[in-house]
Order: sequence, then structure tokens, then C-alpha cells
Amino acid sequence: MSSVPALPDRRSGRVLAGAQAGLIAAALLVLVLSGATGPADVSLTESVQIVTGHLVPGLPWMSDGSLTPLQDQAVWQFRLPRTLLAGLAGAGLALAGTLMQAVVRNPLAEPYILGVSAGAGLGAVSVITLGSAALAGVTLSTAAFAGALAATAAVYLLARLDGVLAPTRMILAGVALGSLLSAVTSYLTLTTEAQNVFSVLFFLLGSVSAAGMDDLAIPAGALAAVTVFALARARALNALLVGDESATALGLNVSRLRAQLMIAAALLTGAIVSVSGGIGFVGLVVPHTARILVGADHRRMLPIAVLGGAVFLMVCDLLARTVAAPAEIPLGIITAIVGAPFFLWLIRRGHAGRAGMDR
Amino acid sequence: MRVEFTHVGIALGGARIVDDVTLTVPPGQFLGLVGPNGSGKSTLLRGLYRVLRPATGTVRIDGQDVWRLPPRRVAQHIAVMTQETDTGFDLNVLDVVLLGRLPHQGSFGGHTRHDLTLAAGALGRVGADHLSRRTFSGLSGGEKQRVLLARALVQESQVLVLDEPTNHLDIAFQLELMRMVRGLGLTTLAALHDLNLAASHCDAIAVLHRGRIIAGGTPAEVLTPDLLREVFGVHAHLLSHPDTGKPLIAFSPGHEPVSTPAGRAAARPRSDTQP
Repeated sequence: MSSVPALPDRRSGRVLAGAQAGLIAAALLVLVLSGATGPADVSLTESVQIVTGHLVPGLPWMSDGSLTPLQDQAVWQFRLPRTLLAGLAGAGLALAGTLMQAVVRNPLAEPYILGVSAGAGLGAVSVITLGSAALAGVTLSTAAFAGALAATAAVYLLARLDGVLAPTRMILAGVALGSLLSAVTSYLTLTTEAQNVFSVLFFLLGSVSAAGMDDLAIPAGALAAVTVFALARARALNALLVGDESATALGLNVSRLRAQLMIAAALLTGAIVSVSGGIGFVGLVVPHTARILVGADHRRMLPIAVLGGAVFLMVCDLLARTVAAPAEIPLGIITAIVGAPFFLWLIRRGHAGRAGMDR
Repeated sequence: MRVEFTHVGIALGGARIVDDVTLTVPPGQFLGLVGPNGSGKSTLLRGLYRVLRPATGTVRIDGQDVWRLPPRRVAQHIAVMTQETDTGFDLNVLDVVLLGRLPHQGSFGGHTRHDLTLAAGALGRVGADHLSRRTFSGLSGGEKQRVLLARALVQESQVLVLDEPTNHLDIAFQLELMRMVRGLGLTTLAALHDLNLAASHCDAIAVLHRGRIIAGGTPAEVLTPDLLREVFGVHAHLLSHPDTGKPLIAFSPGHEPVSTPAGRAAARPRSDTQP
């Protein structure tokens, strides 16, 4: 009758803090490693020096001539932005996946369930194949973002009936609309000039290779906003897992919460996809991995999913530009090749029941 | 806390499931709602805990319309032991019980010591403290119901709603649950199938038939052989419980139903367990 469960709660709190610290350390390590990887020769120490030198003014090694402009440029203008974008994209897609899985209460949900990627893909491919000029001068990322949001809005309106947003109708509407948009994308791809096809594939499979520091602001802002939003609703997300009726009895406005979460996930996904292309698999696999590791309670799994998604995609990007160097492999291919076997191993392990896999 | 239904009508998919129900449950009373399948028991309760908005009439707690109060405020006053037992992803039992604290908690921050103490106490009270680290979906039907009752208890409400609370429970815990709920002294509304359980534990009984209340009062007043025949289509004798003196219903086997119960004869598009 006393406060017995308080003890396990506290102990799991320590385990959780350890896991979070570990993931942050891993992210920093990959960042430094990424700075020291590539054709221009940069050591690990120099990589650290260049990054800290740009962040902290007046450090001696930035002005004593020990670093060449080429090294500085390689790290600060190319390697760091792409790794950071990979981290933001991984974190954002994992977060969006977590939200979508809770919103539709279905483990198969992922950020693209709402036709987001199909919409973004159609927007981007339209610009690539028809040319920016034919579309009133919109850029590729603007078109991709607009496509993502338009598709989400359409799914939202199609799935909503009598003021109720039913999960199953959302999934099916998203899948159907996604097929429709993908068909148009495929047609545009097939009928375009051959030289465009490579760009199309690179966008559809995802890449952060062209990232500059300027590209980071929008995904970073979206990620920060949606992370705070999601953490503030962690308990409400838990209540969604036990069913609409219970959630209502616990004082939640379920339809409104579902709509808010869906819009947040769509904005975040759109902000990422418009810069990085359609990187698959992260949003599906990382949330499940986090649940298997720390349980389905969103207060515990949200931070792990966000940090884990960042580390996972940063590592994938490092592989994408090294395994076939000097050629680049699209990120979506690496995430699937690395992620799928790992995930297949994971879902057979004992704790997989925590993610609802024993049914 | 007083619960009042005034001329409440609730429609589902065009069919009127609850029709012109007026019913008052005074503070601290334990009311049993009985009636055949599809008579509107669960639907009426859903109108109280804000799942189904009544098409007509009002539902009030201490004079305030629950459909005009903020949902969170209503959840601070009304706790529900739902029938729903599925979770898509597995929360552990303690997490599920602590969800009952949701109406009292802010957005951020962990569970307070008070929350955890309440949860531990509630789990102990329903005889489920050994389950606290198990995953919810791995429990048996009866264990799940104990946990859902614990979740309702930690909500610290003044009104308790039970929707067929004894469905999967063994007989010992059925009696234990009814005794425990009575002992809480809350205004309680329970949809019950077991008429003897209702007769022996409820202060008052309301009988729903085709969405309308056709009888109400103490168990002895309401549960007459005539009513049982008319509403449920069964023959029964009314005895007196040798220990408590409360009504005890003995159903007679072998009789053909006197008339088909009207609640079943009228083709109902939905049963009362569907949302």
C-alpha cells in the first residue's frame, strides 16, 4: 500500500538519463568523425578545432595558420551542414513517426502515411521535369513543401467525417492518395528527358549532400517547435494508446488532439522532406526501437526516439558518402540496408512486446 | 455530487438509442442501470462522460452541464471504468493506472509522490499490486478490469461510472468489486447485467427498455416478476436472501419466453457495446 512503485520509476529514470547522455555523446562523436572524413585531409583534432573555432570567437588555432582554408571550408561549409541536416532529418522523421503511430494507433504508421512524401515528391519532381520557370518560379524545396502540405490537407479533409477523425480512415485515405500522387510522379519521370531522371531518383530516395548552413534553419525550427509540442502532450499521447473512449473519459478532446498532432507531424515532415528528399524507414523503425528499449510511455520514449533518429541518420549519411567514395549513395538506400536487418533482429528479441509486437 | 439527466435523447447513425431519459442520482447513491442488450445503458452513460453528445436534453453534475464544462474539469469529477481493454502499444500496468492522474497533472514534469502513492494504493486495493510491472495487454480479462478500476480510483473523482464492470471477473472479485465501490461512498452509476448483483448492492435501480426508463426505485420495488417477464422475457421468482433479506431472483428454466422481449424484436442497428 505504500509508495513501492516509486522506486522502479526512479531507477528507470536513471537508466533513461544514461541513455540520453549516451546518444548525445554519440551524436557529437559522429559529428567530429564526419568532419574528419572525406577527400580533403582533416584530422579528428583539426575537425574539433574548426567546429569550436567557429562557435567560440578568439580561439588561437583559427588565426595561427595551422589550418588551411581548404580544410576550414571542407568542414564548416560541406561536412558539418550535411551531417547536421542528417541529424535534424533523422530526429524530425523519428518524431513525426512517433506522433503518427500514436495518432492512428497503428504500428505500421510512418511520417509518410498521410501521403506527405508522395505530395512532396510530386512537387519536387514537377520542378525538376517541367522546370522552375513553368511553375511560376517556385524553387524545388518550396514546391516539395507545398506538395507535402497539400497532400496532408487533402487526407485530413477526406478522412474527417461528422467532425470525427477516424484512424483507419486516415490510413486508408493516405495510402490511396499516395498511390494517386505517385502515379503522376512516375508518369512525369518516365516522360522527362533522361538527364533529369537521376535528379528525380536522388530526391525521391533522399540526400543531404547539397546541404549548406542556410538550409538548417527551417528544419531546426520545426524540430524544436514540434519537440516541445510533443513533450507537452506526452501523457495525452499515452492516453491515446489506450483508446479514444478512455482518453475522452480522462478529459482529452480526442478529435482536436488528433488533428493537432497530425498537423504538427505533417509540418515537420514537410519541412524536412523539402530539403532532404524522401528518406524512408527512419520514421517507422526508430520509434519502434525506442519503444523496445524504454517502453511505450511517451515521456520516456520521445527523447530517445528524437536523439536516436538523429544519431541513426548521421551514421547513415557518413556511410552514404564513404562506402562508395567518391560516389554518393542516396540516404534512403543506406537507411534501408542498415536499418532493415537491425530491425528484423530487434523485433524477434524478448522486449519487442513492449512495442505491441507480440500480437 | 448529484448527477441529473433531463429529457436526454441520444442518436447513433440515425437510430435513437436513448429516448427522453430523465433520471437523478443523488450524491453518494449507487445506481444500477439494468436492461437487455441494446437497451441503451452504455449509450446513456457515454452521454455523461462526454463520448456521445445528446441530441436533446441536458446532463448535469451538481447543476452544471457536462457538455459546457471543459473536458478536463469533467474528468476531475467523473471517473470511468471503461470496457475498452485494447492498447495498440504496450504500456505497463503502472503507466496505465497513472493515466488516471491525467486530469490533475500539468503538461510537463514527472509524477509526484502523491500520484505514485495513489497508484500503489489503488493497485493494492484491487488486488493487483503484483502486476504493476507487467505489460497491460499481457493480462487476463479479469486482471485488466482490476487495473482499469485502479485507474478510475486514482482519478479521485466524486462520480464513478462503471460500464459492465464485472464482465470478466470471477465471482469472488465481482462481490469484492461491488463491496469496494459501495464503500467508496461516491455517486456511482453502473450498467449491470447481473440482476442479483444489482439487487444486492445497489441503492437504486433504473430499468432501461428500448432506450427509455420504464421503472426506477429500490431493488425490491423494481425487480418484480412482471417486470422481468416484460423486459427480459424470462420467468423468475423473487425470494429473499437468507442472510441480507435483499431480493434474490431465481430464474426458472424450461419455460418458453412469454413474449419476445421487445428490445430484441425491434431490429436494432447497433448493440449497446458499440461506440
